[in-house]
Amino acid sequence: MAHSVRRDAPELPDFSLLKRLARDQLIYLLEQLPGRKDLFIEADLMSPLDRIANVTTLKQHDVDKLYKVEHKPIVSTSDQMVRGCFLYPLTNWFLFPDVVNADKAFGRFRRYKIIFSPQKFYACENLLEEQGIFGDVTTDEWSFYLLPLDDDIISLELPEFFRDYFLEGDQRWVRTAGSALHLLHSVYGPFSKVYGIGRCSKMAYESWREQVEEGEQRARQAEIGNVFLIDRDVDLVTPLCSQVVYEGLVDDIFRIKCGCVEFCPDVTSSDKSIKVMLNSQDKVFNEIRNEHFSQVFGFLSQKARNLQTAYDKRSGMNIKQMKTFVSEELKGLKQEHRLLSLHIGASESMMKKKTKQDFQELLKTEHSLLEGFEIRECISYIEEHINRQVSMVESMRLLCLLSLTENGLLPKDYRSLKAQFLQSYGIEHLLTFSNLKQLGLLVEQQPGETLTVMESRVGKLVNDKTAGKLTDAFSSLAKKSNFRALGRRLNLVPKSDEEYDLRVPRDMAYIFSGAYIPLSCKLIEQVLERDGWTGLEEVTRMLNGHEFAVTDARVKTDSQRIILVMFLGGCTFSEISALRFLGREKGIKFIVVTTAITNSARLLESMLDNHA
Amino acid sequence: MAFITANWNPLGEAFYRKIELYEMGWSLRDGLKECLVAAAPYGGPIALLRQPQRPSSSARPQLEIYSSSGANMASFPWKSGPVRQLGWTVCDDLLCIQEDGTVLIYDLFGAFKRHFSMGNEVVQNQVLEAKVFHSPYGTGVAIVTGASRFTLATNIDDLKLRRLPEVPGLQGAPSCWVVLTQDRQTKVLLANGVDLYILDNTSCTPVVRQTQTTYSLLCLIILALSPLTVCVFQTPPGLSPQACSIVNMAVSFSYKYLALFTDSGHLWMGSANLKDKLSEVDTKVRTPPKQMVWCRRPKSQQPSVVIMWDRLLLVAGECTDTIQYTLDEESVCVAELDGVRIIGGSRHELLQEVPSACQDIFKIASMAPGALLLEAHKEYEKSSQKADEYLREIKEQSVLGEAVRQCVEAAGYEHEPETQKTLLRAASFGKCFLSNYPPEPFVSMCRDLKVLNSVREYTVGIPLTHTQYKQMTVQVLIDRLVYRKLYPLAIEICRYLKTPEYQGVSRVLKHWACCKVQQKEEPDESIAHAVSVKLGEAAGISYSEIAARAYECGRTELAIKLLEFEPRSGEQVPLLLKMKRSQLALSKAIESGDTDLVYTVVTYLKNEMNRGDFFMTLRNQPVALSLYRQFCKHQEQDTLKDLFNQDDDHQELGNFYVKASYKEKKLEARLSLLQSAVDEYNKAKNEFAAKATEEEMKLLRFQRRLDEEKGEALLGLSLQETLHALLTSNFHKQAEQLYRDFRVPDKRYWWLKLTALAEKDDWEEMEKFAKSKKSPIGYLPFVEVCVKQHNKYEAKKYVSKVTPEQKVKAHLAIGDLEGAAEAAIERRSEGEISTVLSRCSPTTDRALLERLNRARSTAAKK
Repeated sequence: MAHSVRRDAPELPDFSLLKRLARDQLIYLLEQLPGRKDLFIEADLMSPLDRIANVTTLKQHDVDKLYKVEHKPIVSTSDQMVRGCFLYPLTNWFLFPDVVNADKAFGRFRRYKIIFSPQKFYACENLLEEQGIFGDVTTDEWSFYLLPLDDDIISLELPEFFRDYFLEGDQRWVRTAGSALHLLHSVYGPFSKVYGIGRCSKMAYESWREQVEEGEQRARQAEIGNVFLIDRDVDLVTPLCSQVVYEGLVDDIFRIKCGCVEFCPDVTSSDKSIKVMLNSQDKVFNEIRNEHFSQVFGFLSQKARNLQTAYDKRSGMNIKQMKTFVSEELKGLKQEHRLLSLHIGASESMMKKKTKQDFQELLKTEHSLLEGFEIRECISYIEEHINRQVSMVESMRLLCLLSLTENGLLPKDYRSLKAQFLQSYGIEHLLTFSNLKQLGLLVEQQPGETLTVMESRVGKLVNDKTAGKLTDAFSSLAKKSNFRALGRRLNLVPKSDEEYDLRVPRDMAYIFSGAYIPLSCKLIEQVLERDGWTGLEEVTRMLNGHEFAVTDARVKTDSQRIILVMFLGGCTFSEISALRFLGREKGIKFIVVTTAITNSARLLESMLDNHA
Repeated sequence: MAFITANWNPLGEAFYRKIELYEMGWSLRDGLKECLVAAAPYGGPIALLRQPQRPSSSARPQLEIYSSSGANMASFPWKSGPVRQLGWTVCDDLLCIQEDGTVLIYDLFGAFKRHFSMGNEVVQNQVLEAKVFHSPYGTGVAIVTGASRFTLATNIDDLKLRRLPEVPGLQGAPSCWVVLTQDRQTKVLLANGVDLYILDNTSCTPVVRQTQTTYSLLCLIILALSPLTVCVFQTPPGLSPQACSIVNMAVSFSYKYLALFTDSGHLWMGSANLKDKLSEVDTKVRTPPKQMVWCRRPKSQQPSVVIMWDRLLLVAGECTDTIQYTLDEESVCVAELDGVRIIGGSRHELLQEVPSACQDIFKIASMAPGALLLEAHKEYEKSSQKADEYLREIKEQSVLGEAVRQCVEAAGYEHEPETQKTLLRAASFGKCFLSNYPPEPFVSMCRDLKVLNSVREYTVGIPLTHTQYKQMTVQVLIDRLVYRKLYPLAIEICRYLKTPEYQGVSRVLKHWACCKVQQKEEPDESIAHAVSVKLGEAAGISYSEIAARAYECGRTELAIKLLEFEPRSGEQVPLLLKMKRSQLALSKAIESGDTDLVYTVVTYLKNEMNRGDFFMTLRNQPVALSLYRQFCKHQEQDTLKDLFNQDDDHQELGNFYVKASYKEKKLEARLSLLQSAVDEYNKAKNEFAAKATEEEMKLLRFQRRLDEEKGEALLGLSLQETLHALLTSNFHKQAEQLYRDFRVPDKRYWWLKLTALAEKDDWEEMEKFAKSKKSPIGYLPFVEVCVKQHNKYEAKKYVSKVTPEQKVKAHLAIGDLEGAAEAAIERRSEGEISTVLSRCSPTTDRALLERLNRARSTAAKK
């Protein structure tokens, strides 16, 4: 891909400040409990904590030992321990282990402090009170909202957001999102324009505004120009597609966790797995992360040749040159060498999995679904997929993709596919189907198209009237994806008869081998181009509305070309790649804030109900 | 101007002056005779408790509260027990200390606030004397009881009674005593005849005085024995031997200085720690004084003590001279930070040392820069050229800056607006000749004086001096005005001083509104309206606080109306809960978007309401409902079921049972749960789910039977897994049965059987199976499955059976390029030929390649 970065591309703000803020607050909280103490960390918080404060830092602040807390009673540890500090995410606040009563049973007295992150709920205290240990522990909150994963990616690390909000209608995290926005606003703001689409976006926006009005305002240099908020359920198709951009593919196959991936032995070609941080610090990765997978190998071999040339320079050197070479370049080269071999290993392993016939066919089916072409064959492909038990999540993904692109399945197909799925993967997926239906991911086509159109219109009227007061969390029941119409209007699916040159991408479709431009990114592009929603009325109507655009006339800023995009419910690496591409084309920089990095597997696994 | 010094009296180096503050507006028939009087410092209010004219059992004493100018603020007959002492707290509340040790607290307007007791012991022994004192901790009360014991409370807002140790030999009340605050400790200094004691928390230390030679001798002996013991004996140094008994004592405003008055008429002045002596004056009056107070000011030149007798007021300082005033009426002295106020039946005066700035300017024949500047300005106003001469003189000494500073400072100390103006004009005149004199002191002095003059106004009656005002701060002054319900003035001052809205205007308005809601006679509507109109958009107003006050006064309806104005719905919730408007609280909590609040309300409701009502409430609030569901999912599974039941949500109930069935280990229980699920699904008209669940039950039973018969661990597997397990374990008959019973699609069954056979390498059976009937999945899968198991030989057997469309693929799968080429060429499909070509390697037979290429070009032409 041509890396023709526009010269005038603005600089991104420095997000390491967010880390520093979080670390300082944590240390302050730890020091509130004086003396040596043990730290118990809830499993979900382990990786994010590691990115904020490492073990050495914690030990410097009187932390003796670190323990991982899982969803089971803690076995009391050393008798030496007199003070314990729990770091707890609000997600699982009702699962707080009852250590204190266990201690009491042993006749031990220890001082405990529970730190909830990112917020403390009054209800937490209530629960402690009900357990009868309210007096024995002190509670506090660690307002750790944002974890910068990379120069342009910030995560709220709330993977449960998607299920909690969109499926369960639990608005717990809306305020958290608002607070996160508030934090960004107070450190990097003020923002001159805020666009958004989706109900959750709107609520998060309102929550943020409220917090702005409550707090004091300081005039400062704006480092972020515009903000775009988008609900995940505006575009569910994109995260369900197979990712073929390098970073996305790594995530699909090896699962990137908190910006860190564990490469298994067959990648590292040694007998142990290696944990690698994947971000822009890794020079090799930085150059291939946004590339279509088919281009990566060529690039890597070129890179390897360059490296060899750099090594070869040695041969013609005198002693002095050699000395400078060793002291200055060699270390960098070695590092690069190590990374290069890792990524080559990774792509080899991916190649093995992905160039096989069935992956090609899978992609072909996906593309047919997106294009709306040869649907019957797709259905029989899916059927075969289910029958052969290739993979439960993959089967479900294809089913959902089919339903989303086709506006629901025909009743006959719906029944037979579901029945076959249950036979294949077990009846517990009856619950999963009920969840998928509720979310509108997998639905039955309503008989009579005209009727549903009427229905959605009436539904819209009702919604508008009561939108402010009543939040019908289950409105998605009547929701339709309208994917075809949207695709036509926004030109999401390029004509398939043209050859798409993946080396020189023309548009964002390259992230899906030229088959589909992600709806979410296309919307962002359109709104930024039009400076609002005018002209997109038809589109927003099909997306169920809730769009807004607010301009703060007071803010005059030079950083108009830095745009913060906040995904409520998660976004994929492919979307980030698409936005980076868009940024390069337009000479703007995107900062992606997301509740979590997601992909099709994570999205669908969160719909499963067998964990309870 | 010549008269300014008319009321000045010299005392040593310094001058003292007495200024009239007000002519009292009250009409007291007998002046202050037979009255218990308490006046608060910082120009605070005055409380009088007047004994009835004719002492009879029915007549009640009258309690009256006046402002410093004598305007009546409250007056009511005293119905409680006999009062020993009155006093004011730092926040302008009146303390009435009764004989039985009860202390009653009233506000400025005579409204009862609360009461507390000084201990049970006091009830029998009665309070003999009491004092109210102020310390950094707040307002304190000290009493001495009939049993000659002292009890202290350092801060009445955080009541902790401290009973002090016994004083040896003390009978009844001591002759005099004061409360001292030293080293963050509150102590009592008392005199009993000739003896002086210091009482603190733990001990009673006698202060040994060198009045008699024997004492001195004793001291000397002790000194000789051990020099360390000396420190035990604290003595007021140099108290002359003539003094026998101390009859009165006074401690200064700052607790730094102490004055003792002996029955010989001597006045000893020194530091409060009894270490240093300032002076000793013989007043030549031997009658015990009625009152004695310190008269000092910050940076005092000549600190003095004001002693009051019946008809005489005497000012004594370090020098031997004294100033004497005759008093023509019964009066009371109030110690201030920078002087003494003297309140009489008709007049209210301020006695203070003339500040040095004023002295410099107004002293006769003064040549101080300020005096010259004032003179220059006077001449300037007369349009006389002398003005220039004076100015020149000042400028020659280059003290013009100093002159301006003096004039500004002196203006602050003057009480008469005219004098203030003259001085400020002179200062402003002088400023014109200075190029870089900072304007702030002048401007802020003008502002301060404007504020001070407005509160000194007769109708307001707060005679603050500039020094006191600075000490007290604007914030406190605003508070005091608010206590006095002088809201308009308070707001004016806030606006004038540009106090930030949040601390200034808004705060005053909030107090006003809180007061307004207490007006019982006005209807709710009009109060709510008045409040909203006046408060309008003022920043930082908390309507919920006002509403809380209304609720405290029992006006719930009004409180709800007021809450409507609160823009932050989160703020409304706690009060609404308190008022038991839980439904409203819930919707407000939801409106606020703060889930924490919603949880709070939900938990509250859960405990407050009965289950049915609770569920009904939730039903109308989907947000709260889903939150509660989340909670129940983790904490109270059964409640969840009840919730669904209440809503007749059969679909969810079905799901609930299905979920529950997975947690159940025993098969019977599991089946019965699934049966419940089937029932619910049927009610929900979800036939598909009902059927699927029924089949699951059937499958479970089947699995159990098989497990029992054949010892296979099948229970819990999905249908597909069961079939697979059966097929791989050679239970073909049972598999067939399942296949028929569950109407497994042919394709699936074929796939299953095929893979199972391949996994077992049972090629013979596979061949039989392939021939059994026509394969619904075609024969390509056979080829592929064999290849997957690395058995190309078997795979080849099926290639011929594959349909023409898939032939190429089949040939390729077994790696037979030539076969594939043949097939492709036969089919004349360009795409397929290309696929074959792409699989060709450099080692491929050239002839084959050529054939393929040719075929492709012919196919392309078509």
